Amino acid sequence: MKEERKKHLKNLGLWTWSWVATLAIATFGPKFIWENHLLLTTLAILTNLVNGVLMILANKTLFNHYDELERKIHLESLALTLGLTVVVGLTYSLLDQTDLIPHDAEIGILVGFIGLTYMTTLLINRKRYL
Amino acid sequence: MKNKVRELRKLKGLTQEQLAEVIGVSRQTINAIEKEKFDPSLPTAFKMSQLFEQPIENFFLFEK
Repeated sequence: MKEERKKHLKNLGLWTWSWVATLAIATFGPKFIWENHLLLTTLAILTNLVNGVLMILANKTLFNHYDELERKIHLESLALTLGLTVVVGLTYSLLDQTDLIPHDAEIGILVGFIGLTYMTTLLINRKRYL
Repeated sequence: MKNKVRELRKLKGLTQEQLAEVIGVSRQTINAIEKEKFDPSLPTAFKMSQLFEQPIENFFLFEK
């Protein structure tokens, strides 16, 4: 069980790092490497998209390998993260629309919020059950 | 839910790790069950019942 877990974790880690790498290439490549070449830019974005899908599949495989308590912990964390993201995301959008914040709303801030919320709720739930 | 999993596991001479391996869950899950922080699923309870050679209601004590 442990060996299989390590294998799935390693697999997810590899796909995550390669997704981050292809995201960086698709973001900075057009400007700094291939000077806005349309075909290369399209290929870089498509590669990143395919990589992202494979990363999600690796995560799904790992999730299916969890036992019942681990699934409960992750599902509760995901539910809280989803709820908070919808509520906070829409509030953030309203703040932008009504010009109550001095800058434009950035998707990166929401992605960061999702990551932090998931990690925090995961830590709290692990402490509750384990 | 109150339970006697720790007691029966020790009677069988198993560690949490060994019980987890036989049942097919993690050691942390066995620990959470023994500490009564988590109630296992029916399939897990049945696997324990087979291993301990006792009906489920003998070691999971349901109270309203």
